[in-house]
Amino acid sequence: MSRVLVGVKRVIDYAVKIRVKPDHSGVVTDGVKHSMNPFCEIAVEEAVKLKEKKFIKEVVAVSCGPTQVTETIRTALAMGCDRGIHVEVSGKDYEAMGPLQIAKIFAALAKKEEASLVILGKQAIDDDCNQTGQMTAALLDWPQGTFASEVTIDGEKVKVVREIDGGLETIKISMPAVLTADLRLNTPRYATLPNIMKAKKKKIANMKPADLGVDMVSRVEVLRVDEPPTRLAGVKVETVDDLVAKLKANGTI
Amino acid sequence: KWAVMCLLLRSGFHLMVVLLELPEMHQMMRQTCRDYADRELGPIAGKLDKEHLFPAQQVRELGAMGVMAVEVPEALGGAGMDYLAYSLAVEEISRGCGSTGCVVSVNNSLYIGPILKFGTQKQKEQWITPFTTGEKVGCFALSEPGNGSDAGAASTLARQEGEEWVLNGTKAWITNSWDASATVIFATTDKSLKHKGISAFLVPMPHPGLSLGKKEDKLGIRATSTANLILEDCRIPLGNMLGSRGSGFKIAMQTLDSGRIGIASQALGIAQAALDCAADYAHKRTAFGAPIGKLQAVQFKLADMAVAVESARLLTWKAAMLKDAKKPFTKEAAMAKLAASEAATFCGHQSIQVLGGMGYVTDMPAERHYRDARITEIYEGTSEIQRLVIAGQLLKEYAS
Repeated sequence: MSRVLVGVKRVIDYAVKIRVKPDHSGVVTDGVKHSMNPFCEIAVEEAVKLKEKKFIKEVVAVSCGPTQVTETIRTALAMGCDRGIHVEVSGKDYEAMGPLQIAKIFAALAKKEEASLVILGKQAIDDDCNQTGQMTAALLDWPQGTFASEVTIDGEKVKVVREIDGGLETIKISMPAVLTADLRLNTPRYATLPNIMKAKKKKIANMKPADLGVDMVSRVEVLRVDEPPTRLAGVKVETVDDLVAKLKANGTI
Repeated sequence: KWAVMCLLLRSGFHLMVVLLELPEMHQMMRQTCRDYADRELGPIAGKLDKEHLFPAQQVRELGAMGVMAVEVPEALGGAGMDYLAYSLAVEEISRGCGSTGCVVSVNNSLYIGPILKFGTQKQKEQWITPFTTGEKVGCFALSEPGNGSDAGAASTLARQEGEEWVLNGTKAWITNSWDASATVIFATTDKSLKHKGISAFLVPMPHPGLSLGKKEDKLGIRATSTANLILEDCRIPLGNMLGSRGSGFKIAMQTLDSGRIGIASQALGIAQAALDCAADYAHKRTAFGAPIGKLQAVQFKLADMAVAVESARLLTWKAAMLKDAKKPFTKEAAMAKLAASEAATFCGHQSIQVLGGMGYVTDMPAERHYRDARITEIYEGTSEIQRLVIAGQLLKEYAS
């Protein structure tokens, strides 16, 4: 029972009002506040809790992107991760980076670091893909416990309670495994001031995708980004009969 | 990595250090305090104010984060950070809730501050360590009904009787009084020596002979308790004297020097919250066919508020950095407190004006910022006292 890899993604802060670029190629990121993806915070918290309960020895925080992502890794270190890995991706590769490329990187790292668990957020709040965890497990041929709202380690197995459309599903999977964190898994701790000081001394290793034998070519091209259509005002009716009449009149029923 | 630009000013041979970008650890620390303030304090600040509720749970959580003892070394249970970090923490906490920022500032600067500087190792372990966790907070008792600014006229008396000090007198306007577990208190041990006859003492609360007056009903920072401390033959061991006999006035003045940076930071947080409220409203509220932020009258107000806050902030950071560099900082701390508190009252006032009628009702936080700001020009040295301190320092510099 040794090592957990936790993925942390640097995304535009949840409170920021997103603006589409004038050329519709994406959203404005320059000068915009970024922070750790909220589901990644939950993943870090779970990993640190497992370490505090002595189920695992070491938590390694991993992020892929340009230099700025080291801030996100440091925040993970300040929450209690032991060391970090910064996989450098920048420029066009970074813009085109998606779940498949990340999954390949995590699969390679999981093998290299001999991880028992890879814990990721269930999705990122910028692209809402909800794919990386699943792809990582598939590439590694490992079991996956996604949408986890409760994680319990039981010897060499993990009991995962999953939030699914029908309610809660409990599964038991063997380790090594991939888990993805859902909203109610835990409440992430605030980085304490002493831990921020300690994070200064923790190591962040640098590497490139090529060092892991991963090619970053993307098969997905973003054609255009638009704002959602402005919501139209609704119409109030007095009775149910009026409602049915209106729905019939505009062809809905 | 520090990005620091140094300019050497000829006049007075002073080194002026201008900070361009905060170091990474300070940025992280500011962010964690801001996150806490946004998520945990902002949503309840109105309720705390309305119901005069001391934020006990939040103070415990802040203690767990190290915010209640920022400068205290780790060996004593603190966060072991510098005064710049402390200033950032108080500003961010105050931005969420002005009252909570006040509790943080009083505990750090006024209670722990003098014990850290003048206490024995044993006193530090006994009187600081339990006050780092947020479970206990302290207070600072200098002012009396008969003297606030005139601190040298302390009429609270301390006489020695065997192995005890016996204290008698009344202290007024004591912040945290009803919630505190200890106080640093000043009393005259030798009346003939005037201000050189004042000494500092540590008194646990509650304690026989120490009672509390009624809680004052204040205009602002209403989640903090403010009351008189009444001492009637209050007996404490000899070992409870802080520092040497007769050094009380010096301890008080030096403590207030640092405390000023804390209050300046609190004022900055309140000012920033007022500015945030006004700027946000200017985007959303439409009048004359467009958001009111398009109107020059509103733009000028926002610009003036932003300049007031940013200039006060730089003064505050400079004072904190001078203190961290162990350089004299009395003048700069007074300038920071003066500028920041006047910025807070200015921004509180203008924020209500930008909001118009909405600024006058409790639905919006502008009126609370206005009320919270007002005290920052009064406590820990009135604006008038700050001007005297600044002028005194200036005149010394220019004396030939």
